[in-house]
Amino acid sequence: MIKHLLSAGDLDAVSANLVLDTAAEMASLAGREVKKLPTLRGRTVVNLFYEDSTRTRISFEAAAKRLSADVINFSAKGSSVSKGESLKDTALTLQAMGADAVVVRHPASGAPHRLANWVEGSVLNAGDGTHEHPTQALLDAYTMRSRLGCVAGLHVVIVGDVLHSRVARSNVLLLHTLGAKVTLVAPPTLLPVGVDTWPVETSYDLDAVVPHADVVMMLRVQNERMDQAFFPSAREYARRYGLDRPRMRRLPEHAIVMHPGPMNRGMEIAPEVADSARSTIVEQVANGVSVRMAVLYLLLGGKS
Amino acid sequence: MSYSATGAQLGKTILSEADVARVVDRIAHQILEKTSGAQDTILLGIPTRGVPLARRLAARIAAFESIAVPLGVLDITLYRDDLRLRGARAIGHTDIPAGGLDGRRVILVDDVLFSGRTVRAALDALQDLGRPRSVQLAVLVDRGHRELPIRADYVGKNIPTAFDESIKVHVAEHDGADGVVLMPATATGGAK
Repeated sequence: MIKHLLSAGDLDAVSANLVLDTAAEMASLAGREVKKLPTLRGRTVVNLFYEDSTRTRISFEAAAKRLSADVINFSAKGSSVSKGESLKDTALTLQAMGADAVVVRHPASGAPHRLANWVEGSVLNAGDGTHEHPTQALLDAYTMRSRLGCVAGLHVVIVGDVLHSRVARSNVLLLHTLGAKVTLVAPPTLLPVGVDTWPVETSYDLDAVVPHADVVMMLRVQNERMDQAFFPSAREYARRYGLDRPRMRRLPEHAIVMHPGPMNRGMEIAPEVADSARSTIVEQVANGVSVRMAVLYLLLGGKS
Repeated sequence: MSYSATGAQLGKTILSEADVARVVDRIAHQILEKTSGAQDTILLGIPTRGVPLARRLAARIAAFESIAVPLGVLDITLYRDDLRLRGARAIGHTDIPAGGLDGRRVILVDDVLFSGRTVRAALDALQDLGRPRSVQLAVLVDRGHRELPIRADYVGKNIPTAFDESIKVHVAEHDGADGVVLMPATATGGAK
């Protein structure tokens, strides 16, 4: 197993499946009376969050605590970062405290890669800018596997703000590794330059793709990263690229609807779609804990 | 790949297929005797080879007294104390029979009793799964060299070994045939 998890592309099919299999066993813990394992007793996991996050931070915290690791939460607000401390100095501080793993979220793409050169422990990328979010891709693959049986051969349609989406980038890499077919659907302004070199198909027309999808993954429109107008109006976006009830009805019987959260209800996804039986949104959060437990176990256990 | 072929070439066969069957029969009888007819008793196999052994004990008990003893699997990977030394291993599946462990007599089943650390981990795992009335241990082979104050309640065969020798238990489900082979130190490089 690798030492750091910086990109979904770090995982080959064997290790990705190992993570998913391990996560499945970790999930069985949820039904137990004592939801705690002694596996990582005495290890320290630092959650280093330079960007706001609820589910990812809480998910990593729950995962580390269920494996009995000690968790230190660090958020940029209210720390020395607001006094101007650099990422490197913060990293050296964590190093001095003896962190065995650093879970990092940062607004700058590539920050976890830099961090991995500065600390001795494992670095887990929990989202860096518009670059990658590998554990999200793993939990999405896990959710697909538990709902649809197998990831290989699935047709996964990823819809929306691909340009700013680290979730989309990580998912494309991992789904390709696991043998799924991916179609990206977005307005031309929200597809990144160079997307033609990715192992995906692209489309501007959601209605044409919907009837052939096994999985529809809606991405959040990331207003906070949009410094210019990428589409004329929210209403027009919702009409052309939002998943509403009529579009959901045209999905195949077995198809599922995913969203990494947080959702803009009424924008990329209609409320009645988000709350429907096809939606795996709440399941994704629950699976996130199991998948992150598996990743922490395999990364921290890999040290000898 | 055939373990038994390798074993026959390199190691000394301690128990043949027929011997293993006799030993399992004896342990099944002992369990029935010591648990007054296997009442409230659960057999938990420890992967890998404890699982088929537990299954066979249950089958023999059923054959002797027509009692269906609940059968489960207890994976102890996440409770091991050598994560730092050996690194992460693939996790097996734990399967506790319906009805749980509370108030039952649990018999752990493993192939070889060596340092006792596997059993220590199994006891920790059990504690998180419920509160059995009592816990017993059945092993096919006790090879000595205990590092913890642990003993077995049912032993198939005591085999005195040197520390760097190893014992290979073969079961038909995993290795093609039953048998117990003592491997010399050089053949496998030590550990079980």
